[in-house]
Amino acid sequence: MTSPNPSDHQRPERAADSSLAIELIGINKHFGPVHANRDINLAIKRGTVHGIVGENGAGKSTLMSILYGFYTADSGEIRVNGVPHAITDSRHALALGIGMVHQHFMLVDNFTVLENIVLGAEDSALLRPTLNKAREHLKQLARDYGLEINPDAIVENLSVGQQQRVEILKALYRGAETLILDEPTGVLTPAEADHLFRILRKLREEGKTIILITHKLREIMAITDEVSVMRQGTMVQTLNTSDTSPEQLAELMVGRRVLLRVEKGPANPGKVLLDVKDLIVSDDFKVPRVKNVSFQVRAGEIVGIAGVAGNGQSELLESIAGMRDQLGGTISVNGNVLSLDGDDGAKRARDAGLAHVPEDRLRMGLITNFAAWENAILGYQDKYGSGLGLDIAKARETATEYMKKFDVRPASLDLKTANFSGGNQQKIVLAREMERDPDVLIVGQPTRGVDIGAIEFIHNQIIKMRDAGKAILLVSVELDEIRSLSDRILVMFDGHIVGEADPATADETELGLLMTGSHPDRVVTEPGTLPEHETPIQQTLVQMSPKNNAGRETN
Amino acid sequence: MNTLPRWADIALLPVLNVVLAFLVGGLIVLAVGQNPLEAVGIMLYGAFGYGSGFGYTLYYTTDFIFAGLAVSLAYHAGLFNIGPEGQAYVGGLGVILIGLALNGTHWAIMFPLMIIVGALFGATWAFVPGYLQAKRGSHIVITTILFNFIATSMMSYIISRQLKPAGVNSDESAPLEAITRVPQLRTFIDLFKNSPVNLTFFLAIAALIFVYWLIWHTKFGYAVRSLGNNPVAAGYAGISNQKLIMIVMAMAGALAAMVAVNNVGGVQGRLILNFVNGAGFVGVAVAFMGRAHPVGVGLSALLFGILYQGGQELAFQMPGITREMIVTIQALVILFTGAMGDMLRAPLARLLTRAGATAGGK
Repeated sequence: MTSPNPSDHQRPERAADSSLAIELIGINKHFGPVHANRDINLAIKRGTVHGIVGENGAGKSTLMSILYGFYTADSGEIRVNGVPHAITDSRHALALGIGMVHQHFMLVDNFTVLENIVLGAEDSALLRPTLNKAREHLKQLARDYGLEINPDAIVENLSVGQQQRVEILKALYRGAETLILDEPTGVLTPAEADHLFRILRKLREEGKTIILITHKLREIMAITDEVSVMRQGTMVQTLNTSDTSPEQLAELMVGRRVLLRVEKGPANPGKVLLDVKDLIVSDDFKVPRVKNVSFQVRAGEIVGIAGVAGNGQSELLESIAGMRDQLGGTISVNGNVLSLDGDDGAKRARDAGLAHVPEDRLRMGLITNFAAWENAILGYQDKYGSGLGLDIAKARETATEYMKKFDVRPASLDLKTANFSGGNQQKIVLAREMERDPDVLIVGQPTRGVDIGAIEFIHNQIIKMRDAGKAILLVSVELDEIRSLSDRILVMFDGHIVGEADPATADETELGLLMTGSHPDRVVTEPGTLPEHETPIQQTLVQMSPKNNAGRETN
Repeated sequence: MNTLPRWADIALLPVLNVVLAFLVGGLIVLAVGQNPLEAVGIMLYGAFGYGSGFGYTLYYTTDFIFAGLAVSLAYHAGLFNIGPEGQAYVGGLGVILIGLALNGTHWAIMFPLMIIVGALFGATWAFVPGYLQAKRGSHIVITTILFNFIATSMMSYIISRQLKPAGVNSDESAPLEAITRVPQLRTFIDLFKNSPVNLTFFLAIAALIFVYWLIWHTKFGYAVRSLGNNPVAAGYAGISNQKLIMIVMAMAGALAAMVAVNNVGGVQGRLILNFVNGAGFVGVAVAFMGRAHPVGVGLSALLFGILYQGGQELAFQMPGITREMIVTIQALVILFTGAMGDMLRAPLARLLTRAGATAGGK
């Protein structure tokens, strides 16, 4: 890439009278043998929300990283306000008015909002003048864009949605005219996502340009003006959002027709296979997270657990899988109560006929340093070989079979698991847990970080398990997923199951209210036993929820 | 993140590190006015050139293999065992106790007994830090280091106050009878002249093969590697982290204790104060340089055997080079292969990627 002139580190005095905020022309980027971006052309109009969609590995993040100065393109040109620039690093990008809000927030948890905002943008060695200036500036930004936030709050006490607002404020404080948001709603509740979209619309009204990277087509339809679709490193097409449909976008992303709706017949529940009674579970810090939870899952049904992340679902799932000490209650699989002594409860749960697809495949479900065939037997290693020896040939046979059946790519037994894409890693986990013919399958976030094409496949596999008469417990933060897969929905809030809903009739607002513990008709818990909101997220959720006060007072 | 091909990771990188260490060592030799090439020649001759020297090299290698395996095995379970020094020392107590109890029995019976009892003592010593790690969360690095100190004090007391026979001046136990001692190879092969290498050497080779088999071809090894790579996933797989930590540490201690069979049973025929003499610590370097792989451990143990034996020869032959200089060179090898072992990784990966791209016709 050729640098036109060295002085363009300064922002141009006046924008060229072009209507384009950003132009990318003929961008190419290689990582070793991988051609991550192939002759990408992209024009983004000023004052619009421009969506970029594509499967994992389509090259969206690479492209945005080039624009934000993390990578340098092998060839091609970037024009900001019509002027070509060679963006060298993110500082340079910021100076050109390009800001980025990352998927994983880059905040110092124990700093205040104000301190986070000025971090790296201090005017002098003394902090006080910068802070005072920032406080004023922040007030104005809050007025202009509806980004109200307490500047003196400690970041770790904020909800995820509020932390995201701090990230946006950080970029605006540094003078961003164009804002890149990478998968901004992945961690938000529906209410928080709505709030974010209100902010984005406000920003657009004020003339800011927004680039939104997401895989949620619904959001693209809801907020963007134009949308660009990427596939395998190329830019497939840029469309006016009003002229397209989710079906068309999905087809462009994957390259074939995709069913966005899960097709399933009615459930046919049989006998109770999973029976949870009065379960109490605490987290690693001995704080109770699951409080007196009871429910049953029958053969041939999928029970979905909806809830905002951090309300006890993870602990519930891990506890049923035998991985957490219980303070009370029982879990029975197939009529047998699981004993959970020692730290190998997972083995006994498996022996009782339970399979577990964990929420976080990298942390728990896979050993990323292992070859694919080794992960294909994780948890079932004792079934391979009699005596001490490990029957490697048999394990590889199993792995070959799984890879074929679940179409894992590349179908390489010896490839390190870390080198598979997220979707293919997830397929390895699913194949391993499903192909064992368990009676009970508990699944956490089955499609987190998985491509749209693979999502369809995974959903169909789960339905197939149900129709084969298995009891399935599904935990997901994707409300759409819960609603389309489940036969019954249980809503969890603050460690309690606060309600049950029929996925066919439940509407999103109602579920949203249940999930935030603020449904006026439902009592969260017995009066007097409601603990002080011990986690910041619950606190803020309560504060944020509009009906909260009414709901509380009826308690 | 650049990654190296397996062959480069296992073979090329360690060799480059050693070469680098010797280059810097050569500069130091040059700085004291000696000829580095001549020094290397003397070192190699001392290590391989004649039967007795070669025997000494193999004797040291035996020690380092066991200590290296003790570190490597634990390392695969994610445990950094710094304690082979103390584990070997306490293992020596087991070896001498069973030896003295059955003094005069033929070595064919005593060799396996010394292995078993020595292993039991070493295992027990290493089990305690393992227990503290598993049940109490006390960090294994801290506890194994402290256990080295405890072993030193405890063994000093036992040797000088309990085992030392009346009328002996030096701090050592009563001797084993010749027939009870592990036979030295020179009794079978003339080549080894008066060197101490003994049957324990073959035990070390067997241990290398055993550990390889254990780690990569057994269910136990699968569990160990699961634990070492991702303890949460190991728990998910139904593997009891706590039990495994204790078992692995006990096995590591048993391996370290074989150093005592080599020394107490095979050479000294008695328990001498501080007989381990740093071999346990060298094991840490050996394990790191060998990337915790038995083949690598075997090769790096041999390298350190050469450094030890050749180094003593060098100190003897070249008066300009003192004993401290030898230690410096050994330290350089540890520095470049252990602490700075990954220094060349990134440049090497870049170089290989570029070479690969060129070969690929780009």
